[in-house]
Amino acid sequence: MPDLVQMTINGVVVRVPRGSTVAAAVLLAGSSNLRRSVSGELRGPLCGMGICFECRVAIDGRQHVRSCQLLCREGMEVTIGV
Amino acid sequence: MSERSEFDVLVVGGGPAGIAAACCAAEATPRVAIVDDNPALGGQIWRDEPAPSTSQSAIWYQRLARLPVQIIAGTRAFAQAGPHILVAESEDGVCELAFRKLILATGARERFLPFPGWTLPNVMGAGGLQALARSGLTMRGKKIVVAGTGPLLLAAAAHLRQSGAEICLIAEQASRRHLIVFSVRLVCHSSKLQDALALRRELAGVPYLTSCWPAAAQGKEKLESVMLRRGAKTWSVDCDYLACGFHLVPNTELAALLGCGVEQGRVRVDDLQQTTVPDVHCAGEPTGIGGLELSLVEGQIAGHAAAGAPDAARGLFAKRKGLRRFAAGMDRAFALRPQLRSLPQADTLVCRCEDVPLGRLREHSSWRAAKLLTRCGMGPCQGRVCAPAVEFLLGWNVESVRPPVFPVRVESLTTTVTGAPPTLS
Amino acid sequence: MVIIGAGIIGAACARECALAGLRVAVVEADFVGGGATAAGMGHIVVMDDSEPQFALTRYSQQLWRELASELPADVEYMACGTIWVAADEQEMQEVRRKHDFYGARRVPTEILDPRALYEAEPHLRPGLVGALLVPEDLVIYAPCAARFLLRQAQARNCDLHMGTVKGIREDGVVLQDGSVLQAGTVVNAAGTWAKELTPGLEMRPRKGHLVITDRYPGFVRHQLVELGYLKSAHTLTAESFAFNVQPRITGQLLIGSSRQFGVEETSVDNHIIAGMLARACQYLPELSRMSAIRCWTGFRAATPDKLPVIGKCPGHEHLYLATGHEGLGITTSLGTARLLLDQLLNRAPAIPLEPYLPGRVMETAHA
Ligand SMILES: Cc1cc2nc3c(=O)[nH]c(=O)nc-3n(C[C@H](O)[C@H](O)[C@H](O)COP(=O)(O)OP(=O)(O)OC[C@H]3O[C@@H](n4cnc5c(N)ncnc54)[C@H](O)[C@@H]3O)c2cc1C
Ligand SMILES: Cc1cc2nc3c(=O)[nH]c(=O)nc-3n(C[C@H](O)[C@H](O)[C@H](O)COP(=O)(O)OP(=O)(O)OC[C@H]3O[C@@H](n4cnc5c(N)ncnc54)[C@H](O)[C@@H]3O)c2cc1C
Ligand code: FES
Repeated sequence: MPDLVQMTINGVVVRVPRGSTVAAAVLLAGSSNLRRSVSGELRGPLCGMGICFECRVAIDGRQHVRSCQLLCREGMEVTIGV
Repeated sequence: MSERSEFDVLVVGGGPAGIAAACCAAEATPRVAIVDDNPALGGQIWRDEPAPSTSQSAIWYQRLARLPVQIIAGTRAFAQAGPHILVAESEDGVCELAFRKLILATGARERFLPFPGWTLPNVMGAGGLQALARSGLTMRGKKIVVAGTGPLLLAAAAHLRQSGAEICLIAEQASRRHLIVFSVRLVCHSSKLQDALALRRELAGVPYLTSCWPAAAQGKEKLESVMLRRGAKTWSVDCDYLACGFHLVPNTELAALLGCGVEQGRVRVDDLQQTTVPDVHCAGEPTGIGGLELSLVEGQIAGHAAAGAPDAARGLFAKRKGLRRFAAGMDRAFALRPQLRSLPQADTLVCRCEDVPLGRLREHSSWRAAKLLTRCGMGPCQGRVCAPAVEFLLGWNVESVRPPVFPVRVESLTTTVTGAPPTLS
Repeated sequence: MVIIGAGIIGAACARECALAGLRVAVVEADFVGGGATAAGMGHIVVMDDSEPQFALTRYSQQLWRELASELPADVEYMACGTIWVAADEQEMQEVRRKHDFYGARRVPTEILDPRALYEAEPHLRPGLVGALLVPEDLVIYAPCAARFLLRQAQARNCDLHMGTVKGIREDGVVLQDGSVLQAGTVVNAAGTWAKELTPGLEMRPRKGHLVITDRYPGFVRHQLVELGYLKSAHTLTAESFAFNVQPRITGQLLIGSSRQFGVEETSVDNHIIAGMLARACQYLPELSRMSAIRCWTGFRAATPDKLPVIGKCPGHEHLYLATGHEGLGITTSLGTARLLLDQLLNRAPAIPLEPYLPGRVMETAHA
């Protein structure tokens, strides 16, 4: 049984393996997109290493956090653009 | 007020170059630290390795573990607070890092080139998808097209396949002729040849097409298929992910911010990896894309030199020379073909932060003009993605950096004064 | 005529003159709107430091409002108004003084009590005593505005020459490559560089720092300025900063403002940024957790009396100056252009133009 962390993505409870990044968790939960671009396009992660800023989400109310650089924490509330 | 730590040698970047530099420095001088923005050390290639998986990384991690090197992870250097002081931000604060000698080992990023559909979700960098796979995304049963150029395509494909993905195809834009010349060079580097042969074994049965590139990514809300082009032929391949990168671009922003000379996108260094700024060394990809071996050698040279042991550094010059020749061959082999300039259409977005299409850039004559008048490169990535593309597509010189080199919290910029900030009257 | 410089001032002058039927050539060394115009905040603001400053800013603001319907989207015209925030009773007195001053000159304003202030701007720190709302103040994006103004000129009777003017002569200007552009009238609108072409002009560069954040739409709705601004902006000490936060149409926040004399390098000074942001966070505490994307600097062309220089250069029949706009050139560009044309055509100006005539800031004129 892998060690799981429980968190919410747009209010929906998900459990992901500890050590996953938030970007991976969102994709694992079945959404390919993380945000809406300034002209309204759906976007997902691109670089996976913190430089492109395509993976920005809101975490616990704080906006514009790069989800590929952040590990999931118990109870984290993630908001993605849909 | 921010915390202040002081080091004899401060290394920025905890990839192979940074680890090697820190080891060599710490063997000669007491106070050495590595600062890296990722949650753990390893850079792009050795990340995710609590239990190092290759013998080479294991050797370096063990060597590092025996030394009193302070590891400052999850922390990103973003500006200079004064002479010999960097400022860095982490999730919970900001710190000042004072140093006698600095080694910049900030690595590289992938080069992305725009083509129709490249902004669809599930179109990612080759290294990008690999990084996601390493950070928890399961690949089992996923269909993946790997495309672009450079040795990273093979490494990424092999890793993704090991993780259970089905690699439909590897599309390499370079021509077979170029690659043959390059593989002749490989033979002269036994370790690289072994790596190459190992990769080939791991990728047995996967179609590998040269002179082939993605013409478009297709899908409604996310990627559904990739249209590939080879010569006059185009065809579509259904897939879950497109892993696509066009070789690497050195991360030179921090060096440029410190005033180090940067030429043709590379940090200028002397024999001892010293930049044009006294007490600042640079090693690994920022001095030119050279791969793992060269990063390790440059890191060691920089580490010895920064710790005041230039003789130890000199012993590695010959090895570095050979590896640099190899790197130059790699640059030639994977040079971008001019046809790639016609991949994006007028309405294809170039700047993904601000959604600026190519057609609007073409109205301008320089990067700065285009930036100011279209917002291209003005978003949070500060041109890290679009500038290398624009350089290739339009031949422009891309502009200077400003602090912070990465977006930071406003409060991190308020605490960098030595002395209390002014209070309300 | 030849206009040197395609900043907001040169572009506005080109448009005004071309629309009036004059044949205009604009010479620009870099690109349209790339000088101080690319650095400024783009706050179109009525100021009351002196009668002439008020007259020109108000006149210009009305010209911007008339132009509003023609402006393309990239000019990012936003009729957001300014809120002058009072932190204490002394500043509240200043609110009332300003209210009376503007009222007497028929500029609409509204005094906000704390309740109205927090309703208008809920993210301001608690404890403020009130504010003055100036609803007709605006925000624009100046580089695109300069391009728009110049394009209007080009559509009528104006050519843009890319090149650097090396010298001004009786019969026109000499460019770097040695060629001469002939003209009966030359307008020096080269911003902080104007001095190099017209020596003797008393004007100093005054450095400013700005910071832009990521997008936080709706966080701030008006341009917010502290009333201490008046004190800090207009003292002539080495450096000063004040709370000055502007909402952009993108949802970003543009944070100012600092003023420094005697500094020539364009580099960003951490110390200034820190002081400026600390001040901004004192007024908008939540700002501290927001993401700052970029810092930059720019130079204002400051005259000793803080008024621009508009008109015929003493001792030169054919040379006119349009520069020295300090921190208000984006606002006053349209008024400047109108006053310049009035002089060229010998028309009666809408506001007295004497306060802006060059004689007062020309060293040779005093001699
Ligand atoms: C996305 C990607 C994937 C790759 N995958 C492979 C692969 O599978 N196989 C292979 O052989 N080669 C791969 N490479 C190439 C490989 O990284 C290099 O050959 C080698 O690792 C270079 O080492 P380095 O230390 O110079 O750079 P890196 O390993 O990139 O290390 C640089 C480190 O510095 C950090 N850093 C940068 N700026 C700052 C700052 N301002 N403050 C704090 N930290 C900072 C970075 O986050 C990173 O951790 C990849 C490269 C990239 C860019
Ligand atoms: C930080 C800061 C904030 C500001 N905020 C505001 C604000 O909110 N509201 C406001 O109204 N104003 C503001 N300003 C002031 C405003 O930006 C300036 O007053 C205005 O842009 C000046 O315009 P200009 O056309 O005179 O100068 P510039 O924009 O500098 O234009 C001069 C042009 O001349 C060209 N040039 C120079 N020499 C030559 C030559 N020899 N040959 C050919 N071309 C030449 C240059 O390339 C340049 O394009 C601010 C300024 C700063 C620095
Ligand atoms: S995917 Fe590029 S920053 Fe996270």
